[in-house]
Order: sequence, then structure tokens, then C-alpha cells
Amino acid sequence: MAVTVNVSHLKVAARGEGGMPIPIIRDVSFSIKKGEVLALIGESGSGKSTIALSLMGYTRPGLEVVGGRIQVGDQDVLALKSDELRALRGKTVAYVAQSAAASFNPVVRIMDQVIETAVTTQMCTRAVAEAKAIGLFKSLALPNPETLGHRYPHEVSGGQLQRLMAAMALMADPALVIFDEPTTALDVTTQIEVLRAFKAAVKERGVTAVYVSHDLAVVAQIADQIVVLQHGEVREAGQRDQILHEPDADYTQSLMQAAQPEKRVRPSPAKALGTMAPILQIKGMKAGYGKARDGSLQKTVLDNIDLTIEPGRALGIIGESGSGKSTLARVIAGMLPPAAGQVCFHGEVLPPSLRARSRDQLRRIQIVFQNADTAINPAQTVGEVLARPLQFYYGLKGQALTKRVNELLDLIRMPSSSADRLCRKMSGGQKQRVNLARALAAKPDLILCDEVTSALDSVVAAAILDLMAELRHELNLTYVFISHDISAVRAVCDDIMVLYAGTQVEAGQSQAFKSAPYHPYTDLLISSVPQLRRGWLEEARPGSSGAQAQPEDGLCRFLPRCSLKIPGLCDTMPAPRHALSDGRNILCHLDEPSLRAAQLETV
Amino acid sequence: MRKSYSLDAEALPQDGLAVAERAWKSLSISGRVGLVLVIFWLFIAVFGAFLSPYSPSAFVADDVFLPMSATHWLGSDYLGRDTLSRVLSGTRYTVGLAFFGALLASATGTFLALYAAVSQGVLDEVISRLMDTLISIPSKIFALVLVAVFGASLPLLLLTAAIIYLPGSYRIARALAVNLNSMDYVEVARVRGERKLYIVFHEILPNMLNPMMADFGLRFVFVVLLLSGMSFLGLGVQPPAADLGSLVRENMSGLQDIAPAILAPAIAIATLTIGVNLLIDALPQSGNGKGGH
Amino acid sequence: MRVGLLILKRLGAALLTLWLVSLLVFILSSMLPGDAASEMLGQSATPEAVAALRLKLGLDQPLYVRYFQWLFGLVSGHPGQSMISGLPVAEIIGTRLPKSLFLAGLTALVSVPVSLTIGIVSAIYRNSFIDRALNVMTLSMVAVPEFLVATLSVLVFAVSLRWLPALTIIPDVADPASIARAYALPVMTLCFVVVAQMARMTRAAVADQLDQPYVEMAVLKGLTKPRVILRHVLPNATGPIVNAVALSLSYLLGGVVIVETVFNYPGVASLIVDAVTSRDMPLLLACTMVFCTAYMVLVLIADVAAILANPRLARS
Repeated sequence: MAVTVNVSHLKVAARGEGGMPIPIIRDVSFSIKKGEVLALIGESGSGKSTIALSLMGYTRPGLEVVGGRIQVGDQDVLALKSDELRALRGKTVAYVAQSAAASFNPVVRIMDQVIETAVTTQMCTRAVAEAKAIGLFKSLALPNPETLGHRYPHEVSGGQLQRLMAAMALMADPALVIFDEPTTALDVTTQIEVLRAFKAAVKERGVTAVYVSHDLAVVAQIADQIVVLQHGEVREAGQRDQILHEPDADYTQSLMQAAQPEKRVRPSPAKALGTMAPILQIKGMKAGYGKARDGSLQKTVLDNIDLTIEPGRALGIIGESGSGKSTLARVIAGMLPPAAGQVCFHGEVLPPSLRARSRDQLRRIQIVFQNADTAINPAQTVGEVLARPLQFYYGLKGQALTKRVNELLDLIRMPSSSADRLCRKMSGGQKQRVNLARALAAKPDLILCDEVTSALDSVVAAAILDLMAELRHELNLTYVFISHDISAVRAVCDDIMVLYAGTQVEAGQSQAFKSAPYHPYTDLLISSVPQLRRGWLEEARPGSSGAQAQPEDGLCRFLPRCSLKIPGLCDTMPAPRHALSDGRNILCHLDEPSLRAAQLETV
Repeated sequence: MRKSYSLDAEALPQDGLAVAERAWKSLSISGRVGLVLVIFWLFIAVFGAFLSPYSPSAFVADDVFLPMSATHWLGSDYLGRDTLSRVLSGTRYTVGLAFFGALLASATGTFLALYAAVSQGVLDEVISRLMDTLISIPSKIFALVLVAVFGASLPLLLLTAAIIYLPGSYRIARALAVNLNSMDYVEVARVRGERKLYIVFHEILPNMLNPMMADFGLRFVFVVLLLSGMSFLGLGVQPPAADLGSLVRENMSGLQDIAPAILAPAIAIATLTIGVNLLIDALPQSGNGKGGH
Repeated sequence: MRVGLLILKRLGAALLTLWLVSLLVFILSSMLPGDAASEMLGQSATPEAVAALRLKLGLDQPLYVRYFQWLFGLVSGHPGQSMISGLPVAEIIGTRLPKSLFLAGLTALVSVPVSLTIGIVSAIYRNSFIDRALNVMTLSMVAVPEFLVATLSVLVFAVSLRWLPALTIIPDVADPASIARAYALPVMTLCFVVVAQMARMTRAAVADQLDQPYVEMAVLKGLTKPRVILRHVLPNATGPIVNAVALSLSYLLGGVVIVETVFNYPGVASLIVDAVTSRDMPLLLACTMVFCTAYMVLVLIADVAAILANPRLARS
């Protein structure tokens, strides 16, 4: 069934103002052998999705193919008429989109969408198609394959939808499947299962596939060949192992480095623990939203949080989406008063709400938000953004103000001329630097960084991480670094705290997080992060995104997903917090030897 | 001293002519037509009185409903007055009332919305409920009730128009303000310890100006449509003053002769409102404010 | 379950708004200088006669008592008597309302299919020549006041071409040809503005759906264009389209005021204009409430349609 694919001298352009074409893809060529998986890798704006879609003879509105040839099997895709293209799409070439949640029609049942192409083109009867779909659901390890199709898309989880989309693509036994960043929107623990299902499906059917991604480690698991793209041009192309082990192009090398922050970021000279009075101390804190009549919370987001930060150290807070990590930053900053517990700053209890805090207290804690697009007023210039905290906290004016703004720009490696530029005209990385500089302007004692790199491309994100490490070195800063990316956290932080569903499941020094034993959730998280080597996917322990049902109050929140749970104990008694020999503490019934035994055996 | 935010601050240092040229080039053909019409009618509204060949209330023609001629470019009306002079003066009433009525509605709507969005809670609830009530009375019916009770003097007509279009303006402004109020940069300002006034005027308002300008244009058209319609019914601008709607009404008897006295004010209204609509439609949409009702 | 609750909530909100409207217009009407008694009896009336009539009309009662009397009257279908003709308001409106509804119904019958076609076609052929031409056309149409459209159509069809009557005389015999002739001009005038409005909103609703990733997915599944539109786009656009239709039809409520007056059509809207001119407050208040109720019904229909079209709400 598989086909060879040949792309030669492909050129795609956008229609700019006044009809002037703006090149998007400049002369891209590659070929895929029968049954091979080719990865298109690059950052946003590299044109990887545009190329992938052109294999189906499709361009997004505003774009058009202006040159080149695309050969899929014996078909010259770019020369096909519209009815021939329809016959190609969904049957010879199938597509798996990035966001399954958005790519499924919300008002049509899943089964009807999965079998739609097969049924409308009279490839088979409805009954045959449904039986085949159920078979595909099974082979993609979807739960309840018989009844899953009766649901609407919003009734199914993101990881399952992504696999359902793969089932939809495989329905017509296509010769070529295009995966367009299919796991980017998923949590790492979900990503691993979806990746496994995809890889098995592709191998089993021997189809030719194109896998579009920005993540080298993911690509390392699934691709035979890799094409590295930047600004619509091929930087490097070759066999997977050659690209991974002996990259030629500078750009590929920078991508490789960006993917391994722990190897790159220079360790900061952290002060030894316990030598100085803590800056921030939180004990038994509880927070959430919605006050019920009796004063309890309607939705508890964080429960029983303890943390201590000493001056000059960086604390990493890690967890998947919904774990409450951003809420923790909001509580510390005073945006959300905690329902219980206190925030002590320099030994004094901080007033819980913003309004009650003094200007100096506010100045000493600064927060940097994830998305610089929304964190910086687009109508202001860089200079105005940086000047405001200086005027507000220090009353600076005139020369002194300009001088300090220029110093700040210098700190974030931007020229002083950029002070006059409008924020909305800056690139994502530049905005994030300004975002950071605005916090530095207040000369705070503590900077809260909320996912500051997750909206950025990997190379840009790596540069921000490096900048933060350097600034810490120069200015002796104290950070709380919130992230879902454990390798970034391990690279820049001295201490780490792991949150799961609002509970603190593990905490300790960063070096201690390099080897087992871990809390079962930390273990799952660490083992789910793709590694830059082939074979990782096969060796990694099976994930368990599992049941969504929440355990009863007081019991371990991770219980439904835990592979090491002890029936009769974990589901009846609240888990105790206990210390490990290297100083970390975990919230778990299992003791150190049994955790170590369970976690080392599979590696 | 507050820095002013122009439509595009990068364009500030360059000379005005180049900016105007770039703006002109960025408009579609229909947008350019709209811009020309708008500038033309604004010019007439402001300077029309100086161009007027006769007094709009003087009986200067030999006969009624005269056709176009060299002495009376647009002929004469049903009482033998000069139609051109009357259209020039009627434009001033129509444009003036609509401009200030829409301005009052937009400005009040924007400030109420900012106040409601920033203070939230009960106050927001009360204002929003009141506005929902006002908006659910069809505009013409509401105008008729207000005129029946308070009469149709010029200030009252202006106020009537402002009250009727205030809720629409408020709705759009509130949606924008609530959206902006939840932006991270507003959050940052709050965490910095800024006062509400600073947040409203420095962080929120500058980002609302573009869509609210477009909304003001739409309200302007609505007020022209409403007040000229009221005048047409005889319940709007009262004699001896006459807006364009009144001119159409008083010359209805010239319809049989297809007199310029009735065609001229009709064409004036249509080109004015179409011009504004075409211009607004051609402006770059900033995404958040789609206009409409 | 949840859907029923949601709809009930909307209904409650609509009733609350309607009640607030009644309060507002009643207070407004009480601000009228002079009162009904002196208005009715004219300038020459003796103070004693005025006082006697005041007593009879209950005008000596405090405002809130009069409000509740009026409100209960309104709800039970007896919103007072006309100050001019002395006839019960309910009776006057009762004879006029069906005529207005007939006019509005005819307009809806013509305008809805026309505008949906225009809106959907221009959305599908977005940014093409057709779309831009339709855009400029509808944009211009919404900017022209109804009385101009009415006046100019009379000028063209009644004065110049002499095809149609300038005034609407409802025919005694209800054969389709004479009805069409009698109603052609008023319906055409009303459609002119409503069609443009509705087509623009429909286009926006459909275009919004066309930008969704699931439409791209449907194209990439190799589905035919009609199937993409009928199966994927339109079901998702139903809620917004019904909303567009309802809101545009509510625009009719203002339009009929002018149209009924110009064509001398005996409906509720021309009644309002008469009530304003003669300051017949009981009649004006009742007519206003009729119009607001019509508006609330349309908005409610739009809300319910939006709820039912969304499986996230309709299921579970």
C-alpha cells in the first residue's frame, strides 16, 4: 500500500499587499522511500506545516504554490484537478491535525466523522466501515472501542481524540499519512501513549508517513529520515542517526542544544542551603476559587503547601496543566488570598490581598507572566513599559530615568534604541526579554516566573533560559520558576517541588532529582519526557493517563493513575509525607526501598 | 502630562503628508469613496453656511418646485425657497445632531463601561441590567415615547439620541473593557500596586480607542437614520429649523414632479450615511471590535 | 435537564426585562406636564370638571398605585381606554395588530430566504468579486433610512412607472394577485433594510465557522464542497444564523413605524405615531409594551436556538 514521495523545488508564496508574492517556502526538495517515516522539523514560521499540507495539494487561504513538483506514488499532485484532488485526500493521503479538539466537528458524533470519507465515497457500507473503525480504535488502545464512537468530541479526552483522529486517517488504508504536530498540545504523560499508538499503527501497516514536529526528541522516536527546516528552506536533511549524532548545520546544532538545557546551562553558584534566613516561607497553605456559605472553597486548587526559599536560590515548581502551579504564583504575588495558611516574607507575615500590601512589599515580589503577548501592553513603547516601575517605585525622572531604562535594556541584551519601539512590533523573544526586564526594574527580592519559556520556540526559549541564568549570576536574584518542563527546571533550579492536582507530592534539592527513587508521579513525569535517542519510546515504562475519576478527599490524588498503589492501604488511608535519605520528602505510602526497587527494575 | 496614543505611534515622527498618503493607499476603493464622502459632508456641515447663496428661510424664487437653474442650482422648494441653501443648512442640523448625539452616547457608554468593568460586582450588575432594559425597547419606539413626553426641541432630540444609543455603545465598550481588564498586563499593573484610575486610563482605554472610534462611526449613522426618520414623521426637528429629514417631508408634494427639492436632501442623507459605512468597513479591523449591533 | 433550566432562566430574564421596561415607560409617561384629565377636557374646562374627571380616572392616587393598577390591567388584557377616542385600548390594538403581524410575516417570508442565500453565498466565496460587490451593496443598503426607500420606491413604481399604488388599500377579496399588488411596496421597503442587515450577519456567522480547523479537516478528508458546507459548516452556524435572523427581524419593529405611516397602512405602528401626536398616553404605553414584547420574543427565540444547536448544552 505504501508509496514513494518525491518533492522537488517546491516554492510556496503568500500574496502580500499589492499582490506582491512573499516567499514562504523557497525551493524545498526531499524524497521518502516506501514505508519510511520522514520528519519535518523546525520552529514556528519554518514552513513545515505548509509543506506537509502541500503534499495533499492543499494550501491555507492566502498561500499558493508557485513552483516545483510533488509526486505521491504515480500521481503528480500539483497537476491534479479538483475532483482528482478530492479522490486523493482522505484516501491516498490522510491527515492528522495538531489540535484534535478543534479539528473534530463539535456537533457531529465521532463515529460519523471517522467513517465519513469511506461511506460518502462508497468504499464500503456503513456497517463494514463501523466494524473497521472499532477495530482501529482497539489497535490504537482506545478504551471502550465499541461505544466510543457514539460520543461527541467534547465528551472525550484530548489524548483519546488525537488517537481517534489517527483512526479517522487510517480508515481508508491510505498510502501516505501526514501527522502535523499531533502531540504538541498534550501533556508529556499523555504524549507518550499517543506516540506509542501512532508508531505501532504506522509500523503495522507499513505506510509511508510524514511527521511534522518542533520537538527533536519526539522525532527521534518515530522518524527514519529528518529534514530540518528554517525560514522555508532546508537546513539539513539525512538519516535520523546522522542528524541526531553528527549534525552538520549550525542551526541543527542549536536545536540540539536547545533540546538539552541540562547540558547547556551553566550551573549557578547557589548559596548552600540553610546558611541564610529564608526570603519566603509558606506553611499549610490552601487556596482555590469560589467561597461557599460555610467559608470553605467550592474548588480547591492547592492544598497543604509548604515551601521555603532562601536568598539567591531558585525554586522550580513543576506539574502538568491543572496542577495548580500558576495559582501558587498568584497566591505569593497577592493576587489570590489563600483560604488557609500564611505567606511569610523576610520573616514577616504578608497581608493576603494586594490592597493590604504596602508599595514596598509589592516591589519586592515581581511576577513575570507566561505569555509576553498579553503581559505587555501592546499600545506602549518598550521605554514606557520599563519606565513605569521606575517612576512608580523609585520616582525616577528625566536623565536618571533614561539612564536606568538603558541599563535595563543592556541587561536583557537589547540596544537602547529599542526603547522607542512599540511593543506589538517586537518578536516573541524580544517581548519576553522586556517582560523580564520590567520585573528587574523594581529591583525585587523575589521574581516569580510563570511558564516564561513555554510559549516560545525552543531556540528562543533556550536563549531566555540562558539569560535568566546569567542575570542570576550578575544580580544574585532569587527565582520561583514555574514550568511543566522538568528538564528546564532541573537545568536552572536549585530546589524542585512537584505538584500533582494541587498537592505537593515531592520536594527537595535539584541534584537529588537525578536518580530514583521518586514519588510515583515524579517518576512518571520524568520517564515520560522524550529523550534524544532512539529506542527511548520502547524502553520507557508504560504511561498511565488512566481514569479521570477523583479519589475521595484526603486520599492520595495520584491514586487512580498510580501503578504502585497498595490496595487496602492507599485507597483507605491518607498518604504520609516522609523524608528520603537524600533530603527530599515525598507524599506516599511506599517506603524508599520499595520505590527504588520498582523504579530501577525497568531501566 | 499624558502621552497621546495615535493610531500608529510609529508614524508620529514622520511628516503628516506621508502618513496620509500611506493611509490613503491602504484603503480599498470603496473605503476611499467613503472617505471622500465623509470629508465632503463634514466640510459642508462646518462651512456650508458661508457658501449658502441665499438665506435658507427667505422666499427668493419666483415659483415653487422650480427645476435646477443657474440662479437656483437645486431649484426651489414648496414655498419658493432656495433648495441649495436649505440643504446646506439642513446638513448642519443633521450632521451636528448626529455627531454630538453619537459622541455623547459613545463617550458616556465608554466611561460607564470602564467604571462597571473595573469595579465589577453589584454596580456592574446594576448598570448592565439597566442597559439591557434600555436596549430592549426598539429605538424608534423609544424615541417616540421620549418625544411624546419631553417634546422635540433640539437639545432634547440630542439627548434622546444619546440615551437610545448609549446601551449599544456600553455593551461593546464593556465587552472590550472586561476583555482587556483580564489581560496579563493589567494584572501586572495591579500587582505593581497601581490605582484604578491609572489602570483605566493608561492600560485599558488606549487599547479600546480604535474599536470605539469605529463604533462611534456606526452610532453616527444610526443617529442620522433615527433623527431624519423622526423629522420625516414630523416629530423630529421642528420648523423653522429643518434637518435633511424635514426637507424630504415638507417637499413630499413635489414627488409627483420629481422636483430637486425632494431629491437633493434624499441624496444628501444617503451619500452621507453610505459614506460613513463604507469608510468604517474599510478600516483595518483590530480583531476584537467587529462593530454591528 | 440542563437545557430546560437554561431556557427557563432566559425566559425569566426576559420577563424581568419586560417588567423593568414597563416600569421605565410608566415613570416616563408620568413626567408629562399636565395630566390626562386637563388634556382630555381641553383649555376651557372648569377646575371642578377636571377634578371630577381626575377622581374618575384615579389620577388622585399615588404613582405606584396607578402603576400597579395599570400593570395588572396590562397583564389581564385591559390596559385602559384611549384618551382621544374613548375606546378600550385593547380593542383598538386588537383590530390593528393582526394587520401589522401580516405585514411583518410577509416581510419575513420574503427576506429570510433571500438574505440567507446572499449571506451564505458571500461567505463561501469570501473575498471574491461577488463577495466584495455584495458587501458594498448591503453596506449601502443598511445606511439608507426606510423613509427614503419608501419615498423613492413610490417615486419609481407609483409615480414614474405607475405599476403599483402609492397607498396600501387592503383588498376585500383575498386573491394572491391583489394582495401582492397592495403589499408590494411596503414589503419591498421593509425587506430592503432587513435583508441587508440579515445577510451581513449571516455572512459573518458562516465565515466564522469556515475559519474553524474542522472545516479544513473536512476538506482534507476529500469531502465534496456541498457536503463540507451542508454537513459541517451549516449545522455549526445554525445558532448564530437564527440569532442573526431574529435580531434583524427585530429591526423590522422600527421599520414598520415609517412604512405604515408612508403607505397609510392601518397597523399598530402607525397607531403609535398617532398616539404620540395626540399624546394619547394609555394607547402609547400599551403599543410600546406590544413592541417590546415582540422584541423580547425574538431575542428569546434566538437564545433558545443557540442553546439547542449546541450539543455541549443539549446533551448531558
